[in-house]
Amino acid sequence: MLKLTREIEEKIRKAGAEAYPNECCGILFGSEVDGGHAVNALKPIENARESGEQYHRFLITAEDMMQAELDARKLGLEIVGFYHSHPDHPARPSDYDRDHALPFYSYIILRVAEGRPELMTSWQLQLSREAFDSEELVIEP
Amino acid sequence: MSVNVLIPSALRGFVDRQSEVEAEGATVGEALAHVAAQYPDLKHQIYEDDSNLRGFVNVFVDGTNIKKLKGLDTPVANGATVMIVPAIAGGF
Ligand SMILES: [Zn+2]
Repeated sequence: MLKLTREIEEKIRKAGAEAYPNECCGILFGSEVDGGHAVNALKPIENARESGEQYHRFLITAEDMMQAELDARKLGLEIVGFYHSHPDHPARPSDYDRDHALPFYSYIILRVAEGRPELMTSWQLQLSREAFDSEELVIEP
Repeated sequence: MSVNVLIPSALRGFVDRQSEVEAEGATVGEALAHVAAQYPDLKHQIYEDDSNLRGFVNVFVDGTNIKKLKGLDTPVANGATVMIVPAIAGGF
């Protein structure tokens, strides 16, 4: 289960629409709660992939992750996951997502169709790395 | 040398939920090997084999990526902060 506020959900939808036709990406700060994660804040990250690839790829550099780890510690939070958009593609993790994911983190995927944000889903990679499990998104006011 | 190794959230489950562990070593490689010896589950997660880190694992010493220094041979001062940082990618 991944808990989000309505405000954070809206920020991710807006980021997906603004980045279209490219992928947006960012970091979720929060904490571990019973049965999953709660998100308290989000940090949009500039997609570090070369511009010609951004329509289907995102990259958060080690430097951005290092800074985000320090930010999280200052806020008394931890990095609980990431969000990215799938422009004109279903809100399902791809093989590429699986090959680059780590267990523990929550991965939010937002489908953006013709510039409009649509279905948002969340996923966690199994420890075996073989597949993602779908994770319930709980949106609170 | 005694250094502090900061553990990213995704790897804390392999080090008894700690966000930071202490390690001994004169280089980054020695300090990480010292941590890996104490926490074999972490070793499996971050090492590809006995001496090389997995591709997604990046290491920073006092804020600088060791790729810009001497890699695992980068010397560490007493009290240095060594951060293990995963790179994150995806798409479709
Ligand atoms: Zn994806």
